[in-house]
Amino acid sequence: MRVLSDLEVGETGVLVALDLPPGVQNHLMYMGFVPDARVKAVHRAPAGDPTVYSVDGMEIALRRETAQSIRMQENQSGAAE
Amino acid sequence: MSECCAQPVLELPARPSGSKAGESLHTVALIGPPNSGKSTLFNRLTGLRQKVANYPGVTVEQRMGLMAGIGRNDLVLIDLPGIYSLDPYSEDARVSIDVLEGHMPGTPKPDAVLLVLDSLHLTRQLMLAAPVLQIGLPTMVLLNMSDLMEARGGEVNPLRLAQELGAPVALVSAAKGTGLEAVKLFLNRQGKSQEAEQFTLPVLGNAMSTHRWAAQVSSRTGYKAPLSAQATRRVDSVLLHPVWGPLLFLAVVFGVFEVVFSIGQPLSDGLGDLLAHFGSYATNFLPDGWLRSLVLDGAWKGVTSVLVFLPQILLLFLFIGILEDTGYLARAALIADRVMRVIGLNGKAFIPLLSAYACAVPAIMATRTIENRRDRFATILVTPFMTCSARLPVYMLLIAAFIPNISFAGGLIGLKTIVMLSLYLLGFLAALATARLLKSSILKSSETPFILELPQYRMPTLRGIGLRLMDRARVFLTQAGTVILSVTLGLWVLAHLPITFGAGGMRTPELAESVIGRLGHFIEPAIAPLGFNWKIGIGLLSSVLAREVMVGTMGTLYGADPETQSLSLHTALHHDLPLGGAVALMVFFAFAMQCTSTIAVVRRETNSWKWPLLQFVYMLVLAYGAAFFTNWAVTAIWG
Repeated sequence: MRVLSDLEVGETGVLVALDLPPGVQNHLMYMGFVPDARVKAVHRAPAGDPTVYSVDGMEIALRRETAQSIRMQENQSGAAE
Repeated sequence: MSECCAQPVLELPARPSGSKAGESLHTVALIGPPNSGKSTLFNRLTGLRQKVANYPGVTVEQRMGLMAGIGRNDLVLIDLPGIYSLDPYSEDARVSIDVLEGHMPGTPKPDAVLLVLDSLHLTRQLMLAAPVLQIGLPTMVLLNMSDLMEARGGEVNPLRLAQELGAPVALVSAAKGTGLEAVKLFLNRQGKSQEAEQFTLPVLGNAMSTHRWAAQVSSRTGYKAPLSAQATRRVDSVLLHPVWGPLLFLAVVFGVFEVVFSIGQPLSDGLGDLLAHFGSYATNFLPDGWLRSLVLDGAWKGVTSVLVFLPQILLLFLFIGILEDTGYLARAALIADRVMRVIGLNGKAFIPLLSAYACAVPAIMATRTIENRRDRFATILVTPFMTCSARLPVYMLLIAAFIPNISFAGGLIGLKTIVMLSLYLLGFLAALATARLLKSSILKSSETPFILELPQYRMPTLRGIGLRLMDRARVFLTQAGTVILSVTLGLWVLAHLPITFGAGGMRTPELAESVIGRLGHFIEPAIAPLGFNWKIGIGLLSSVLAREVMVGTMGTLYGADPETQSLSLHTALHHDLPLGGAVALMVFFAFAMQCTSTIAVVRRETNSWKWPLLQFVYMLVLAYGAAFFTNWAVTAIWG
């Protein structure tokens, strides 16, 4: 299963579902992390975590533990953008 | 600028009688997502006439101000917290809903709403429009940063958007001040409500459907998102670079620390001296006696002990303001996150904890950048462990009096320096351990992960930062000031009772004979195991006001003026206090919360007495235990 934290910097993926507690899930969805959204990993913090993701033109940092619970589409067609 | 209105729906009704805001004032609520430029717009629309308070029962800040330059002077603008949705998940959102629905005690239901959306990211920002418009208050939608959107090739048809939303829409730029005449028109329109034309939005139950609706609306209104800010990405590729990122981060951190410490401290000292001179000059006009003493040693000393914090507070907030308004603070939090999570906190707690090396008071005020309430409280509770500048005079006095001049490594490092650094380390470790303890017990919050939005880099405005500085200064002076003043007066009274009447008339007692002096004797059995005598007891009692007061009290008690005859104070202390007691006293000061200003600020920031009380008792117990152990160990080894 491919998850958001698997994205390399510069890579784009399509979001499938969020496996998070309802409150957090809703909060992230209002920030643009909805199914079918295209999410791109744009930076990693110098220590390797958290990672900055771009969604709907906004940049949002998530820790790996959170990004691991966000499922992405298996195909890598979005890699080139 | 475009301004449009599909239906003239605004009517500002007469206020229901019995409202607290006064008969003639109407309220307008300002709402919008974080980073939509809401605060800039608030400052633009109100100018200097703002007021900050806390909503009753919660720690959410309530900012309100009389609107200026809109052609009428009976409108109060309320700045609601920046939120992504009206989902009652966060305290901020609950406050917003309560205010908009008129359920917030003390805040009248708004007569109109200004909804600010960032036009650079309109699709996502529209997700807040649906729930806000559904509340049914007369609402105007302001598409902010329209100048940037147009400059970067973005487009939107405000007329179409107004039809979609059933509310007037205007393109504005809060930073430039353009488009605001539309707000003026909106707030001056005397339409009558038209029930028939009340717009009905599709029912939006959840985030998914709201997102779909927002995407559809933005495409139907010809919204073309501007090119993403390449400049921000390029800057971030340097500032978040694996090597340059941490280096620049450390440079910024060190720079802030250095300036607050090296410029702020002398400024504070200078201000203190100036105020003390002024005080003694002014009280020359008072007759020598208890009245002069009350005014000078009681009231004025209390006021002064508050005022001297101001330079450091203002400097620190100047820096934090610049860091926050440029957008770097979010990056700093990102870089520090990996380290901070080790102790169960997140990156946003780093800057406050660092600031606490200068003074816990501004540091605690700086925790407002931490949105998660539990993380914020945990940070507030550990902040006073960081070695603040007020501990320095006490450490310096005791080190000078007790620690021998031995140097190691060929004179490279002295024992005195080692002791001083150990005390810094001790406080730091206590903060880390306490944070872990809190985050794994009463302030556990595993269900709220670290989610941080990185805003685009912006140029800070003088106006924005200036207003914030004024605001912080005012909050500090009024809130901390009142508590400190009452405590100083209380201590003064205790130090001057009981009054005796003898041959020479009315006479106040010597410090040792006063109520506070007797209290010192009274607590001596309790502090004797720590190696302290009753004089130290009095010092500890009086230093609850502020740590550095200890030095002055010791000076008085040992009959020496610490400023001019510090050598004799060293000698007196050296003869009166065993080594174990002296080292224990330093350890006690490293842990104990001997600072009324901090207690007052914690009370204000947590909106309850529960937290400062818990903090005071916890730190006192820890200080007592550690001092007891230190005295025992030092006496056993060197005694």
